[in-house]
Amino acid sequence: MAKEPHPDRDLIQGEWTEKSLVEKLLEPVEKPTPRPWRVVLAVGAALTLAWLYALFVTLTRGLGTWGINQPVAWGFDIVHFVWWIGIGHAGTLISAILVLMRQNWRDSLNRVTEAMTLFAVLAAATYPLIHMGRPQLFYWVMPYPTHMALWPQYKSPLSWDVLAIMTYLTISTLFLYLGLIPDLALLRERSQGWRRKLYGWLSLGWTGNAVHWQRYRAVYVLLAGLATPVVISVHSVVSMDFAYGIVPGWHLTVFPPFFAAGAIYSGFAMALTLIIPLRRWYRLEGVITERHLDWMAKVTLASGLGVAYIYLLEIFIAWYSAEPAEWAQQLWRMTGPYAPYYWAMMLINVVLLQTLWFPRFRHNLTWLFVFSILANVGMWLERFVIVVISLSRDFLPGNAQLYFPTWVDWTLFLGTLGFFLFGLALFIRIFPPIAVAEMVHLFHKLRH
Amino acid sequence: MLYGLMAYFDSPEKLLKALRALKGAGYRRLEALTPNPVDGIEEVLGGDGRIPWIAFLLGVLGAGLGLFLQVYTTLDYPHNAGGKPLLGWPAFIPVTFELTILTITVGIFLVLLYLNGLPLADHPAVRAKEYVRVLLDEYGVFVFASDPRFDPERTRAELLALGAEVEEVRRD
Repeated sequence: MAKEPHPDRDLIQGEWTEKSLVEKLLEPVEKPTPRPWRVVLAVGAALTLAWLYALFVTLTRGLGTWGINQPVAWGFDIVHFVWWIGIGHAGTLISAILVLMRQNWRDSLNRVTEAMTLFAVLAAATYPLIHMGRPQLFYWVMPYPTHMALWPQYKSPLSWDVLAIMTYLTISTLFLYLGLIPDLALLRERSQGWRRKLYGWLSLGWTGNAVHWQRYRAVYVLLAGLATPVVISVHSVVSMDFAYGIVPGWHLTVFPPFFAAGAIYSGFAMALTLIIPLRRWYRLEGVITERHLDWMAKVTLASGLGVAYIYLLEIFIAWYSAEPAEWAQQLWRMTGPYAPYYWAMMLINVVLLQTLWFPRFRHNLTWLFVFSILANVGMWLERFVIVVISLSRDFLPGNAQLYFPTWVDWTLFLGTLGFFLFGLALFIRIFPPIAVAEMVHLFHKLRH
Repeated sequence: MLYGLMAYFDSPEKLLKALRALKGAGYRRLEALTPNPVDGIEEVLGGDGRIPWIAFLLGVLGAGLGLFLQVYTTLDYPHNAGGKPLLGWPAFIPVTFELTILTITVGIFLVLLYLNGLPLADHPAVRAKEYVRVLLDEYGVFVFASDPRFDPERTRAELLALGAEVEEVRRD
């Protein structure tokens, strides 16, 4: 009897053997780089330098160089902190949840999205650090015995944040590294000179022992299982930084799932923004197929619908609670000086999102690419609405003041974008952007 | 000096069959080297069921540490935050949770390295000229020369009979 073809057989398209597939997947590391890579690296490096300059200005001249004021004491820094953390989440979700669900399509995507997570979380982590005013004393937020006998206040979500972000950074780095080890061993055997040495050190002398593989799989799945609740917890904790406050606009009890949904949405959008050009520049159509992009678009749609639902719920609750300050805040968002930002957010995250219901839009890569960028803009606007617009008007009319970001604010933002691109470009040059060992394993599963 | 024999098989099924045959023939010091996890290898080489239990113990340790840290520091520096009870345990959940996960993650990673004997500076099998094949698309068995049943000629014949390509691994 002929064997049934594997239901996921079209996840790897084209005529491959194990060898040619490996050659293809290692191309970004082993072959000369395509021109767009150099452009991205150069732009990233330039923006990173600008970022360093803005950091220098912030650290030497103080937070007065930012546009923050009273009452808007949280400005671009917290907007971007939340935005970057959210972007990081899709990476862990793709790798972790989809491992647990045994979804074969993750194998083409997990490495590059995990790297995305790493650099996004690093970019995010700089914001609270420099926002402290005296960043050289950052260790005061850690629990350590001092001569003043002071300890952090664990009833404050801000101190939960510290531990959540650090745990998240640690687990996503270890997860990425663990996944890299077999590929590093392969690269070690295929390279000479200093590269061989580098990969040799990093691969820790992995030999591919079958018993080691058993333990490795057990730990990998375990870390996936642990990373999943951490992802959810991190953004929930971030949302509680807000929900614990008394500011109107931060009252919604669904903040944790609201933020988690937004994180998945913006994370998948950013993953699409990165993967669509990567796929074209490195000619990876055979392994990152239309089906992969279609599924990513569907996840974007599902999480985006969660976000859209809560936007509408926010309006309803503000009206239904009959809380004057809350309702005034809602009207301020819709009709105040920031109204264009609010309505742009509604347009992207509620209206344009609906196009992803239709296969003809999902299969149109140009639209998908444009939409993925728009979705990130939309999520940026959402953070802006939550942080800045809520703070700019609370209970007292005297407390209403607008927020104007300065050039330092903007440079810090563009700088983290540059750092993100620069880091990713270097990453895919040194480490394979697609998990080679897993792809070969998948290939074997699908073809035999 | 002869380190051992490296045998290359082109499918995991052949590898499993060969491992069974070699174990049956009394070989003890041999390693299977594969490019990815092979299903069914536990039945032949024995599985390691310790990982989940170690992780569980690390989790208990982490949760204990997390709770202890917060209870101890709160009692050491009692502070009335918004009229909440001093030991308001619901507020301690997030930090306890994060520290539990952190302890398991870091701990299990180190345990994995320890159990697998990594980092490893050198391994005789890696000296095989064709070693890269077992990281790529083939399934290897390395039989150490120190195995009591090892005999260069007879072992080679046995491996060839199992359908392998065989390479001698020596120190130059």
